Amino acid sequence: MTIATFPPEPKPEPGWGRYFSFCTDAKVIGIQYIVTAFFFFLIGGLLAMVIRGELITPESDLVDRAVYNGIYTMHGTIMLFLFTFPVLNGLNNLLIPTMIGAPDMAFPRLNAVAFWLVPIFGFLLMASFFVPGGPAYSGWWSYPPVSIQNPLGNLINGQGMWITAVALSGVSSIMGAINFVTTILRMRAPGMTLFRMPVFCWTALAAQSLQLIGLPALTGGAIMLLMDLTFGTSFYRPEGGGDPVLYQHFFWFYSHPAVYVIILPVFGIFSELFPVYSRKPLFGYVYVALASFIIVGLGLIVWVHHMFPSGVAQWMRNLFMVTTMLIAVPTGVKVFAWLGTLWGGKLRLTTPMLFCLGGLFNFVFAGITGIMLATVPVDIHVSNTYFVVGHFHYVIYGAAVMGIFAAIYHWFPKFIGRMPYEGLGKLHFLLTFVGANLNFLPMHPLGLMGMPRRVSSYDPEFTFWNVVASLGAFLLGVSIIPFLLNMLSAWIRGPKATHNPWNAIGLEWLLPSPPPEDNFGEDVPTVISRPYGYGTGQPLVEHQDEIERRLELQEAAA
Amino acid sequence: MTSSSTRSINTPAVVGLSVWVGVMVLISNWMGQQAHRWLPVQASTAAPLVDDLFSFETAIGTFVFLGVVSVMAWVMLFNRAEKYDDSDAVPIEGNTKLEVIWTAIPFVLVMGIAFWTIRASEELGTLGPMEHIHPRNPVEEVGGYTGDRLPKEQVEVIARQWSWEFRYPGSNVSSTELHLAVDQPVTFRLVSEDVLHGFYIPAFRVKQDVVPGRAIDFNVTPTREGVYRLRDSQFSGTWFAANQSDVVVESAEEHQAWLEQASRAPLQPGLSRAVSEYATRQARSNPGWATVPPAPPPQVNVPGSSSQPHQA
Repeated sequence: MTIATFPPEPKPEPGWGRYFSFCTDAKVIGIQYIVTAFFFFLIGGLLAMVIRGELITPESDLVDRAVYNGIYTMHGTIMLFLFTFPVLNGLNNLLIPTMIGAPDMAFPRLNAVAFWLVPIFGFLLMASFFVPGGPAYSGWWSYPPVSIQNPLGNLINGQGMWITAVALSGVSSIMGAINFVTTILRMRAPGMTLFRMPVFCWTALAAQSLQLIGLPALTGGAIMLLMDLTFGTSFYRPEGGGDPVLYQHFFWFYSHPAVYVIILPVFGIFSELFPVYSRKPLFGYVYVALASFIIVGLGLIVWVHHMFPSGVAQWMRNLFMVTTMLIAVPTGVKVFAWLGTLWGGKLRLTTPMLFCLGGLFNFVFAGITGIMLATVPVDIHVSNTYFVVGHFHYVIYGAAVMGIFAAIYHWFPKFIGRMPYEGLGKLHFLLTFVGANLNFLPMHPLGLMGMPRRVSSYDPEFTFWNVVASLGAFLLGVSIIPFLLNMLSAWIRGPKATHNPWNAIGLEWLLPSPPPEDNFGEDVPTVISRPYGYGTGQPLVEHQDEIERRLELQEAAA
Repeated sequence: MTSSSTRSINTPAVVGLSVWVGVMVLISNWMGQQAHRWLPVQASTAAPLVDDLFSFETAIGTFVFLGVVSVMAWVMLFNRAEKYDDSDAVPIEGNTKLEVIWTAIPFVLVMGIAFWTIRASEELGTLGPMEHIHPRNPVEEVGGYTGDRLPKEQVEVIARQWSWEFRYPGSNVSSTELHLAVDQPVTFRLVSEDVLHGFYIPAFRVKQDVVPGRAIDFNVTPTREGVYRLRDSQFSGTWFAANQSDVVVESAEEHQAWLEQASRAPLQPGLSRAVSEYATRQARSNPGWATVPPAPPPQVNVPGSSSQPHQA
């Protein structure tokens, strides 16, 4: 037996190769997800630039109408299925095991399979640009009968590839969801009861439960759509006795909850970061944690609000309006809890904090237009107009993507081991915040005036606000440059990060930066208090001083 | 902080807060009034109901938004850490009384809005825009209209990829420009020959999807003379954006005269921008990504125009 050297010899840094391999380490998979997602983010963003370029003038003059329809369809599809979901799964992979003190995910190989499906269906979707006839053009909803018209009649066509890719994305997400739910429920550190779990894990548990309930409906609906398209069945074909509205129910039964799958983890990010950068405990931890599950329950019974103008009885409209409005209550609990956390704090306006504050600002705005959209008569006027496009982008870009950027800046030092640059980060925030509001705010007056969404040309009275929106979009396009510059240069030669550069509380901050492959290994600390003990002086785990001293010694030796 | 100093700063704080809440109420009220200006002219009985509800929601929403943003601005201005201050703030872990308050107030607020909306929807239903859905019956279509339980005028709206056709069975007239008499209830029977379309007249604040395989009855009463736009609001394929039509609301006499004149006009091809654009497109050596060819323009008595100046 040999005596362990103290501090232990640092292992040689593992090479880049593992990021391109079938690796089962959740931290590698997490980075694989995030980098892949940003690759597709650039493609989806480029398509958005073409959309806003076309819409800067009333006439259809930049691209052909068929091309425009294909591009807006692919923009939505790529941004949701190849950017937002993968990037969030990347954060889940990085954060869940380290936050709960697990060595890895419950099913590491399933985890790797779930990730490797992403480039596969991503490739399939990209390949659809090059098949005869072009890609799918029926919008990311793919409502039949437009989506089953198949103008060229080929067996291999853009729409068919689109449906296959979306179904594969569903399979990948279900695999991920099983993994995340199991890991959170079964692999927490000793002493970490559910009510000692960080809120990010609560929201991840809630969001992934939604995936497990909702995705089978979408996948089933998509398979029937593929059969209508390819084999001439008539689940949705009116001339064969099918019902096109039935598809809308399958689609929205999942796709409304999908918005909560996206926004719940972002609520989790806000709940993690506001305490760190206000130096105060999260206000009303238990209520914030439980509100996630109330949102899950309500989120499953609101989908018909997407279909108010498509022929729904008045009593159903009223019912689904009431359930939709009730979601404002648990959401309000969270917003007020964040304000309570900020109140009387010692705020540090770092890049992640700025992104959180900007995201909260945009989210509250989106919540208010959401209530307007829930009320049936107003919805009848603005549904399928730019008002909805504006609302949606305030939620997804204004709140969710800003929250994701906050998370990336906050946890980058932990998982890469180097510090991102504050100056570039703040520039990125400024461009994003101004660009997003300039881009998405004008969509609201346009919708109120009656400009339908998905149009490749429009009446001249809509020109002014469209020009403003396009300029905002181009600014948003530019905003990604300081981000990419920051990430690349920090990764290559940024200053080395200590184990806890933000002075944050959480199990992940008791690991070296970057953490070793098995995280805590055999020495999982025992959790003795709730998270977010800022200012209380209570340690989070047993022997916390000792663990921190050992990490500092390691850092001094390195 | 001692209790005496807490008490001494309370009075100005309460006064300041009250003044600020008063200012927010004034701004919210002003925004509520502004909201009417963001909407198109009101040209149907439905429009005032929708607009009043929207204005009310704008006022409430402005108040909530300002409230949240005020707190954010306050903490960003006055609760910043000093430059080299690494210490934590005073820990406050929660307050059950506050939680109850900020659960109850939004609950009451949204339920109040929901109650108002249900009442407004009922009123809208009795005024007009309420749809009846029939499984489409071809026999009924061929045999014309039964004529019972109908308002004064019935218009059949046929949506296609990509044109709108309007038939006035009472007068044996068809057109690709919609003509309506002011202040007279009209029932549209919405049918689609191919895919989903959306029957949307922003000035009327009404929208109804047109679903293939169904005939949907839909009532409206126009209240203002003028020219408005009918826009397809449910994505219907390549020329979706061009699938628009003019809606002419005229006096009862003018409308009658138009119907009589139209009934004597010979049938001719109606308006379809898609047909002409498709011809140009197919003439190119590489027509580009695939599209469904447009349906031929409907044969109508009055093609009308789709480029006259419109009010909304």
